[in-house]
Amino acid sequence: IRFILIQNRWYMQFDDDEKQKLIEEVHAVVTVRDAKHTNFVEFRNFKIIYRRYAGLYFCICVDVNDNNLAYLEAIHNFVEVLNEYFHNVCELDLVFNFYKVYTVVDEMFLAGEIRETSQTKVLKQLLMLQSLE
Amino acid sequence: CPLQAASQRTQPLGPSERGADTTAIMPAVSKGDGMRGLAVFISDIRNCKSKEAEIKRINKELANIRSKFKGDKALDGYSKKKYVCKLLFIFLLGHDIDFGHMEAVNLLSSNKYTEKQIGYLFISVLVNSNSELIRLINNAIKNDLASRNPTFMCLALHCIANVGSREMGEAFAADIPRILVAGDSMDSVKQSAALCLLRLYKASPDLVPMGEWTARVVHLLNDQHMGVVTAAVSLITCLCKKNPDDFKTCISLAVSRLSRIVSSASTDLQDYTYYFVPAPWLSVKLLRLLQCYPPPEDAAVKGRLVECLETVLNKAQEPPKSKKVQHSNAKNAILFETISLIIHYDSEPNLLVRACNQLGQFLQHRETNLRYLALESMCTLASSEFSHEAVKTHIDTVINALKTERDVSVRQRAADLLYAMCDRSNAKQIVSEMLRYLETADYAIREEIVLKVAILAEKYAVDYSWYVDTILNLIRIAGDYVSEEVWYRVLQIVTNRDDVQGYAAKTVFEALQAPACHENMVKVGGYILGEFGNLIAGDPRSSPPVQFSLLHSKFHLCSVATRALLLSTYIKFINLFPETKATIQGVLRAGSQLRNADVELQQRAVEYLTLSSVASTDVLATVLEEMPPFPERESSILAKLKRKKGPGAGSALDDGRRDPSSNDINGGVEPTPSTVSTPSPSADLLGLRAAPPPAAPPAPASAGNLLVDVFDGPAAQPSLGPTPEEAFLRFVCKNNGVLFENQLLQIGVKSEFRQNLGRMYLFYGNKTSVQFQNFSPTVVHPGDLQTHILSGVAQPPGSSLVDGGAQVQQVLNIECLRDFLTPPLLSVRFRYGGAPQSLTLKLPVTINKFFQPTEMAAQDFFQRWKQLSLPQQEAQKIFKANHPMDAEVTKAKLLGFGSALLDNVDPNPENFVGAGIIQTKALQVGCLLRLEPNAQAQMYRLTLRTSKEPVSRHLCELLAQQF
Repeated sequence: IRFILIQNRWYMQFDDDEKQKLIEEVHAVVTVRDAKHTNFVEFRNFKIIYRRYAGLYFCICVDVNDNNLAYLEAIHNFVEVLNEYFHNVCELDLVFNFYKVYTVVDEMFLAGEIRETSQTKVLKQLLMLQSLE
Repeated sequence: CPLQAASQRTQPLGPSERGADTTAIMPAVSKGDGMRGLAVFISDIRNCKSKEAEIKRINKELANIRSKFKGDKALDGYSKKKYVCKLLFIFLLGHDIDFGHMEAVNLLSSNKYTEKQIGYLFISVLVNSNSELIRLINNAIKNDLASRNPTFMCLALHCIANVGSREMGEAFAADIPRILVAGDSMDSVKQSAALCLLRLYKASPDLVPMGEWTARVVHLLNDQHMGVVTAAVSLITCLCKKNPDDFKTCISLAVSRLSRIVSSASTDLQDYTYYFVPAPWLSVKLLRLLQCYPPPEDAAVKGRLVECLETVLNKAQEPPKSKKVQHSNAKNAILFETISLIIHYDSEPNLLVRACNQLGQFLQHRETNLRYLALESMCTLASSEFSHEAVKTHIDTVINALKTERDVSVRQRAADLLYAMCDRSNAKQIVSEMLRYLETADYAIREEIVLKVAILAEKYAVDYSWYVDTILNLIRIAGDYVSEEVWYRVLQIVTNRDDVQGYAAKTVFEALQAPACHENMVKVGGYILGEFGNLIAGDPRSSPPVQFSLLHSKFHLCSVATRALLLSTYIKFINLFPETKATIQGVLRAGSQLRNADVELQQRAVEYLTLSSVASTDVLATVLEEMPPFPERESSILAKLKRKKGPGAGSALDDGRRDPSSNDINGGVEPTPSTVSTPSPSADLLGLRAAPPPAAPPAPASAGNLLVDVFDGPAAQPSLGPTPEEAFLRFVCKNNGVLFENQLLQIGVKSEFRQNLGRMYLFYGNKTSVQFQNFSPTVVHPGDLQTHILSGVAQPPGSSLVDGGAQVQQVLNIECLRDFLTPPLLSVRFRYGGAPQSLTLKLPVTINKFFQPTEMAAQDFFQRWKQLSLPQQEAQKIFKANHPMDAEVTKAKLLGFGSALLDNVDPNPENFVGAGIIQTKALQVGCLLRLEPNAQAQMYRLTLRTSKEPVSRHLCELLAQQF
């Protein structure tokens, strides 16, 4: 993974201006697509795997030969964890708890790789952290 | 921006079917432990009605936090955490944060998890290489790593993994392997340590020496905890790419792990089962790890693996265990990766054909994703000799996809697949379908389709008349997208093959009779008739005067370059058809030619007129003889396609082994022995057999070739496309190309320079289907440049609207008044779908464009070199080679840079020596240069001497970045 957009995590070095540009460009290519389109878009020398939930697009930028469906389901796995953790998650949860969402991201993705896929294990860990002061 | 108000903000994101009852305004407060002050602040921001109000509120908060941090009262941990978190939020809204780093660092040493977490988060999001802080941060990380508290250790590891800086690598690269393989590390710590190490290794491999720990890392593949295995496989995959032998033992471990997963029942793996699919992500990762190696040598291991692959293929045929898309996606993720491995091995015909059949089923699936992936995957199957025939059976489905798919990216994959499955047996069908598609194809992929058609037509032509017809059709249908490479190529082939010349002359003659024909057609027609018009001159319908008047009827509508080409055709006509001499001399003599404002046209007219008047018939016949055959080399079109697609593209075509015995056209373009000018052993126009592997830098073009040099460097690195700066630098040694491209807009440049004058054509292409409004490109000269370069800016014609798919052109006239260092800036503004867009680029006008090459003998060179011996007249740079060191490429670049290349001057034949004069209106600057490659050290030394100090330095810097 080169970067994840939603709670933005960057796994390559970009300066802030470049990040802003990337966000805008990804936004421009993804939001014009409709439901009949694939969930994959070529993007510069990479590709974006994205999935739409309500009004939110969860986007992951990966190398062109990475496995599309594996990352597509990794997004869903992540959203299911958020849903469980925030009890029926909505966009406001992600805004008000942005600092917790980062923790969820880091539990499941690290250094541009999938770190943990078991929802049970991730949620158990999150609840344990929640109980800490 | 995800934070802007909209009605659906409280709508559940809905991965489950539970009801939507959440309408709270501040859900966090009601649900979490939370920091109340933070929630109130976020809520305030969200209630701001305007950007101004938001900025006001933020500034108030920043002042408040600043005063708290500065106050004498020591803040408690909770407050510090709250304020740091607010700063972070403000930063994420897009505002700069220039304080609070120290407070964040203080949080790192807190004993409370929530405080520590916010501290680490702030550090990892606002990376700051302030050296003092780095020391403090590293110190805190060190303490946490040594704390034996798994939660704190993970926080520290995640921070290193997210920052990934060299400083952190230097501080911790030695500790992390130890943590990773320590017997007493908790599973979660191992997972984080593995990926943390991976990030450091990717950032600075030199800091992570292999050692005793590597063997133990491989054994993590056996770990009981699947999460540890998941993390470890990624690390091993990364490490083994550079040290395959050190990690060889991972093959058998990966196979047995994979085998256990694949053969387990859908519920065996409990936590790691996802929608009835056991451990899909781990399976995919293991299959990818195996793709780093050739098939296992050990027969037992190999047998077990083949069994796994067969099991996956079998399961694909079983009825689904769930109707949910998650189930099929997870299952198919494994299936596609399995197929990738089968293709990678390319040694099991049975599996390859089964894979192909499976993908064939997906081609008609109702999920667009699956159709897309099947097309993509089949493309690689087409290049295997075992499955090529099986792929071909799906041709009708693929053609149908090209015609009916709604998503352009799917159509693109269909076009790729047709290209890959093309061979002699189906070339005519595929080429005609692609031509038909081209008439309606999207703007974005037209040029690529044109290239593909041109290549296929050349490669699989059974007879050359079909080839000529196809290329002329391309020009007719999509003339704007037929690049120079394509129409140069058809001229090359016609010139090299005498059996097609008559047909070509006849066909272009007919094509030119269309009332409106594309300028590229005029170019091809002009060239071919000038060479071979005599072959059809016997027919009164295409007698010499008819040919001439047909061409000349197009003359006035054409650009300067085309008119220049036509003037050459005319002088050739004088030689071919003496009866046209008087008419043509009349044309050349006309004031519009002899006194043409364009120097090139004027010069041609004057010279051709004189030549035709003073030269004897014999001399004319010699000077204007038919062009000699072109030297054989890799097809410039194929090279262009490869460059467009990056390394690995067109691999199907590069693959000579598919059909080694066939004597198809790529071998058939051999020039007849009598016309060979540059013998090449394989005589393979497309360069297929001799082609280097796609990742290697392409072969250099020979200087002086008619073809433009399409090789401007090695294949692009996997960075996110060329930055504007990189694109700018590419223009230092060339005049034409793409200056900028994003999803919306492409800006192409064509320019020509002579003496101190230049003309630049800018082409703005709207890549979308939506109109751009208020489109306004302007050129500005920063600082003092205004007085140095004058440019008359002609706005694109018409209004400020650019239709979807359309291209507009702008012409700049440039005059260099005196030497300059900063290029002019191009600023482009427009509205796209209501949103304002703007970008600013450096225009590729550098001082070397005004170079005039100067030939001189060794003696003169050394004398002038000595004359420029003042220290400030010399600039020198020693630098590492960024591209493979190839003498031919270097020569081409130096010539592109503008100086003359002087042979036999430098006693060392490896060195390059050049000379030229920079022409400005105010003064001329003489330049001498010397480039000394050192292949062993992969270094260059570049020395420039000019009569003007800043020019020496500037040229030296520009040129040093090209190698």
